[in-house]
Amino acid sequence: MLKQFGFLGVHAIIALSVPLLGIVAAWLLRPKKPYPLKKTTYECGMETIGDTWVQFKAQYYLFALIFVLFDVEAVFLFPWAVAYNKLTLFGLVEGILFVLILFAGLIYAWKRNALEWQ
Amino acid sequence: MIPLSWYLVVGALLFVIGFYGALSRRNAIAILMSIELMLNAVNINFLAFWRYLTPKEMAGQVFAIIAITVAAAEAAVGLALVIAVYRSRDTVSVDEVDLLKG
Amino acid sequence: MTITLPSISLLPYLPEIVLLITALLVLVIDTFAGEKRWLVWLALLGTIVAGVTTWSLSLGPTLYLQDMLAADPYALFIDMVVLIITAISLLLAYDWLNSHAHQQGEYVALLLFSAVGMMTMGAATNVITIFVALEILSLSLYVLTGFARERLTSGEAALKYFLLGAFASAFFLYGVALLYGATGHFDLVGIGKNMAGTGLMAAAGVALLLVGFSFKVALAPFHMWTPDVYQGAPTSVTAFMSVGAKAAGFAAFLRFFHVALAGSYATWGPALAALAVLTMTWGNLAALNQESVKRMLAYSSIAHAGYALVGLAAGNALGMSGLLFYLLAYAFMNLGAFGVIIMLEKKGSGDLSMSALRGTAREHPLLAATMAVFMFSLAGVPPLAGFFGKFYVFGAAVKANMTWLAIVGIINSAISAYYYLRVSVLMYMVEPDENTTDVATNNRPVLAFALLVALVFVIGIGLWPGIWMQMAQQAAALLG
Repeated sequence: MLKQFGFLGVHAIIALSVPLLGIVAAWLLRPKKPYPLKKTTYECGMETIGDTWVQFKAQYYLFALIFVLFDVEAVFLFPWAVAYNKLTLFGLVEGILFVLILFAGLIYAWKRNALEWQ
Repeated sequence: MIPLSWYLVVGALLFVIGFYGALSRRNAIAILMSIELMLNAVNINFLAFWRYLTPKEMAGQVFAIIAITVAAAEAAVGLALVIAVYRSRDTVSVDEVDLLKG
Repeated sequence: MTITLPSISLLPYLPEIVLLITALLVLVIDTFAGEKRWLVWLALLGTIVAGVTTWSLSLGPTLYLQDMLAADPYALFIDMVVLIITAISLLLAYDWLNSHAHQQGEYVALLLFSAVGMMTMGAATNVITIFVALEILSLSLYVLTGFARERLTSGEAALKYFLLGAFASAFFLYGVALLYGATGHFDLVGIGKNMAGTGLMAAAGVALLLVGFSFKVALAPFHMWTPDVYQGAPTSVTAFMSVGAKAAGFAAFLRFFHVALAGSYATWGPALAALAVLTMTWGNLAALNQESVKRMLAYSSIAHAGYALVGLAAGNALGMSGLLFYLLAYAFMNLGAFGVIIMLEKKGSGDLSMSALRGTAREHPLLAATMAVFMFSLAGVPPLAGFFGKFYVFGAAVKANMTWLAIVGIINSAISAYYYLRVSVLMYMVEPDENTTDVATNNRPVLAFALLVALVFVIGIGLWPGIWMQMAQQAAALLG
C-alpha cells in the first residue's frame, strides 16, 4: 500500500511543479516596472471604501436558509431522478408529495416576505 | 486498499476536534461550527462502515444523507437563534448571555 | 442494477400524518388569514382527529415502512399520551397566544411538528428513525423556547437549549454510527441479535447513545440546561416540553434497552440504577431552595426523570408498565402545575417567584386548592396519580431485587415533600403582602378548562389506578 501512496506522491510532485515552473519562468522573464496603481488590490475597478470586514445584512442569511432548503431537497431528488424509470406511479406520487411539502414551506416564506429584498 | 481503521481514526479525530471546539470556544457561531464538525465526523464513520461492512445494503449511505439533512436543519435553526439573540443583545458570546442562573 | 421497490404502507402512520397535515395547513392558512384566533381550535381539531385515528386503527401489532416503525400497543399508548399532552398544551397556550397574535400560526404549527416527532419516537424501531424523530421534536422545541421575543431570557434559554441539545445529538449520532459498525444493523432487532460477542465499540456506542438520551430526558449529570431553559421559555412551552419531551424520550429509551439490549441487562441495569439515584437526589436537593416556581419545577422534573428511570432500571414487565403509567400521571400533574403558574404570572414576565404566591389562597381559593392537589400528587401523596406512579416503579425495583433503589426513591420523595408543600404553605398560611401576585384569574375560561381536565385526571387516576395500570400493562407488549 505504501507503494501506491508513493505513486500518489510522485503524481502530486509533478502536478505541483508544472504550474510552479510556469510562475517561476514568468517571474524570471517579465520586465519589472512597478508603479503605485499596479500595486493596488484591483488594478482595474473600484477601490474598496473602508474596512473589508463589514457586517453582512441579515437578509443574506434568509436567502441562504431558503437556498439550503432546496439544496437538501436536491440531494433527495437526485437518487429519485436516477431511478425514475424504474419507479412506478407510486414512486412518482411520493416524489410529488415530497416536493409539495417543501412547497408549503416556500409559500410560507414567500408570504412572510422572506424573498423580498428590503 | 486503505484499512477501515484509518477512516475511523480520521472520524474520531475530527469528532474530538469538534468536541474541543464546542467546549473551548465562547462565540456561539464557533460552537455551532464545532458541532457541525462533530456531525460530519460521524458521516465519515457511516460511509466507512457502509463501504467495508455492508456494501450491498443502501442503509449506511442513505442514512449519511439523512444525517446531512438533519445537520442542515440544525444549522438553520441555530443560526436563526443566534441572530435573534444578537439583535436583542448585540453579542454572540455565550459568556455574556447570562441572565438565567441560580 | 435492478431496483425492487419495497412495499410501503403508510396506513399505521396515519395519526402522525393527520397531525402533520394540520400543522402545514395552520402554517399556510396563517399567512393568508386575518383573524387568527381559530387556528388554535383548528389545531385542537387535528389533534382530536389524530386521537380518534389512533384509537380506531386496530391494525394489530405490525412493523411497517421497512421495519422502521412499529404499530404496537406500546406505540399507540405513547401516541395517546402525546396527543393528550398536545391538546392540553394548546389550551394552556391560548391566552398567551392572544397577546402574541402575530406569532400564533408558527407557535401552533411548531407545537404540532414537535408532537409528530414525539409520536414517531414512541413508534421508532430503528436508531436512525429515533434520531430523526428526536431532531424533529427538539428543533421545534428550540424555536418554541425562544418565542417570547419581548423577554431577553427567552432567547437566551433557546440559545442555551440549542447549543447543548445539538451537542448531545452529535453524541447520539456517533453512538448510532459505532453501533452500526459493531453490529452492521440500524434496526433495534438486528442490533439485538448481533450484540453478542461485540466488544468495546458496541459498548462505546451504547454509552454515547445513553448520553444523548440522558440529555433529552434531563438525567443528571446531563441536566444542566433544564432549569435555565424551563425558566426562560414561555410557560406554556415549558409545560409542553417538560412532559412531552420526557414521555417521548423515555419511550424510545425503553424500547432501545428492552429490544436492542435485552440480553445484557446485567450490565445496564445497575448502571441505570446508579444514574437514577444520582438524578433524583441531585434534582431534589437543588429544588429545595429555589426562588422561582418555574425553576423549582424544573429541578423537580429532573427528580421525576430519576423516579421514572427506576422503572427502566428494574428491567421487568412491571417496571415497563410502571414507567408508562408514570409518564401518563406525570403529564397531567405537571401540566396542571404549570397551568396554575400561567394563571398567576404577571403578563409579560414569564415567571413566577415563590414570594408572589404568598397568601394567594385568599383571592383565588379554587386555584390554590387546584395547585395543592397537583403539588400533593407530585410529592406522591395518596390517593393521587403521582403516588401510584411511584408505587408501581418502586414496586418494580423491589421485584427486581433492588430494594435499596426503592428505599432511596422513598427517601427522595420525603425530601421532595418539603418544597412541594412549601408552595401550599405559602399560598394558604401566609398573609398576602406587596409581593403577592395581583392578576385577575376569573376571565380565562380556556385555561380554567385545561386545568379542570388535568385535575380530573390526576384525581381520577388516583382513585381508579387499576384501569390505567391495566392499559399500561397491555401497552407494555413491545414488538420486535
